[in-house]
Amino acid sequence: MPSDLSLRIRQNAPFIGAIALFAVFYVFYNMFHPKGFSTQVLVQNSNEVFSLALVAMAQTVPVLMGGLDLSVGAVMTMVNCLASNLVSGTPLQIVFGIVVSLLAGTAFGFLNGVIVVYGRIQSIIATLATGAIAIGIALLLREKPGGDVDADLNWALTNSVVDFCETYGLFEDGKAAWLQPVAWIPVPLILLVLIALLVWVPFRRTVTGRTIYAIGSSEGAAYMSGLPIARAKIAAFTLSGFFAGCAGLFLAIQTSSGNADIPQAGAYTLNSIAAVVIGGTSLLGGVGTAIGSIFGAMILRVISFNFRIFEIDPLLQPLFEGVILLGAVCIGALGILRIKNRLELFR
Amino acid sequence: MSDASLSTRGVLRVKPENRPLLISGLFVLAILAVGSAYTLATQGSMPLLTPNYLLLQLQIGAFLGIVAAGMMLVILIGHIDLSVPWTLTAAAMMATAVGGPAAIPVGLGIGLLVGIMNGLGVAYLRIPSMIFTLGVNAVMRGLMVYHTGGFAPQTAATDTMRFLASDHVLGVPVAILVWVALSVVVALMLKRTSFGRALYAIGNREAAAYLAGIPTRQVIIIAFALCGLCAGLAGVLLAGYSTKAYQGMGDAYVLPAIAAVVIGGTHILGGRGRYLGTLIGVILIVLLNSVLSIMQMPEAGRQIIYGCVIIGMLLAYGRNARVHG
Repeated sequence: MPSDLSLRIRQNAPFIGAIALFAVFYVFYNMFHPKGFSTQVLVQNSNEVFSLALVAMAQTVPVLMGGLDLSVGAVMTMVNCLASNLVSGTPLQIVFGIVVSLLAGTAFGFLNGVIVVYGRIQSIIATLATGAIAIGIALLLREKPGGDVDADLNWALTNSVVDFCETYGLFEDGKAAWLQPVAWIPVPLILLVLIALLVWVPFRRTVTGRTIYAIGSSEGAAYMSGLPIARAKIAAFTLSGFFAGCAGLFLAIQTSSGNADIPQAGAYTLNSIAAVVIGGTSLLGGVGTAIGSIFGAMILRVISFNFRIFEIDPLLQPLFEGVILLGAVCIGALGILRIKNRLELFR
Repeated sequence: MSDASLSTRGVLRVKPENRPLLISGLFVLAILAVGSAYTLATQGSMPLLTPNYLLLQLQIGAFLGIVAAGMMLVILIGHIDLSVPWTLTAAAMMATAVGGPAAIPVGLGIGLLVGIMNGLGVAYLRIPSMIFTLGVNAVMRGLMVYHTGGFAPQTAATDTMRFLASDHVLGVPVAILVWVALSVVVALMLKRTSFGRALYAIGNREAAAYLAGIPTRQVIIIAFALCGLCAGLAGVLLAGYSTKAYQGMGDAYVLPAIAAVVIGGTHILGGRGRYLGTLIGVILIVLLNSVLSIMQMPEAGRQIIYGCVIIGMLLAYGRNARVHG
């Protein structure tokens, strides 16, 4: 009988593999970067990874249910355009803008959930349609790229902790002695960890959160066990909308603008699916975690970071990205070849 | 409100499997009526109902229709093919690059090859088709970016390709004839061949199909290969229509193709659906787009209407059964 630890390791093998893969890639990248292991590089990287990581988290929740959300990129774009109109002016207006932006994303996710649950439409096709609606709203909010986001906020949230404190005059402009050990950490990284720890981890432990996993394993069994299926499904899409909203808000703050870019929205949606799978979540549902998807997103991004370092022919980069993505999912699927009884393949 | 209660009350005395066809067919007529009313009010004429206009729309719809026919085969077995955009583009680029009499076979061959690759990954490695075809799409994009050097390719479509895509025979665009021929083949295949029945069986329950002796792996590979072939054909025709191949020419086809298949009553998880529905779904989407552009609807409004139509159609007839354990 295997010990508890080895059982846990085996159950979480894809997740641990994703972390290891990321660590290898990232250390490699920093070793060959002229300014490797510096705050400057870390800040830049975490800014680039934040939105994709959150969109990947947004995708994870419906995927855990065995569903799919093809509207995450569109919701991100919609909130991005909304925030580019609202997040400026007096501090009160800024806070109002942030709250409204996040609420808009959450409300759109709730709408997705209601359509899927009460309309009884497959999530993949329902969110394909609502994604078009979200893009339409984004275009209404911002026909041409542009907008205005508070410059202080932009600077504070896309740099390290010390810059954040300096901008808002906190802790002796960030020079307090006790702050120094953490002063170098990029703010987006902290936000990412906070969202993961304060939203995802507690949610996963609730009955609703567990029900999402149960639905992904077997919806019929979950129903027969008396779990709140409708509530869990709506909650999953609502949470997905919230995460996508966070991504859109950050994108607006980071770029100081809004852009209803349809190809970009599509790319984020597709990359989010890839990140979810690389992060160890099964597309069949029931297995995985949003934390893994964060690492999945980081792996996708760090691959392109490495391209910059090694000056790979830009014309070859898309090919390498594709081959790595395809290779990763193929290697992950090789275990299937060990199965002797073909009936076990059909799940 | 179940199907049974509707038919017993005699409100809509149609079989459940005919409802998607009836409702989407009525919606097509509604689109034409609204568009005609609009042009009658603004211009005093009804160009929408002229044969020339309708033939032009069907000619444009042929490209989407061919992609949707292939997509339907894959959706019927409960999978999806997201590699269509760059399969289509690769077929178009290679066909124009090779040129001469070999152009069309090369284009179709590329589509077939990519389709077989998709099928192998899905059937043997059992990777969810959504992610595997996404990866194949990325690889094809990478190959084409490298091939063209990131620029628009300078090669032009051959005369045969242009003939197939934009010429007319007896007043009917050849592209429509190609689409009709393909449609007849696909419809017969689904209805009359054991391969067609195997697609439905696998879509309903793959394990049962396997136990019933259906070579499930071969069927899956052939379905993906045919989908790739259709994407290749659409690419060849599209290159002929615009006289050249260009980056991103396939991007506008994958999601509308899925939407057309689903609007036509095919279940997105496979096992159910008729080819006639897919035809009507394609016509619906093409006419909707065209009427919206006649009404000079801005992109924002188009997207919103587009989304609402899909949801509305599915609410009318695409709803799942309730979960009962």
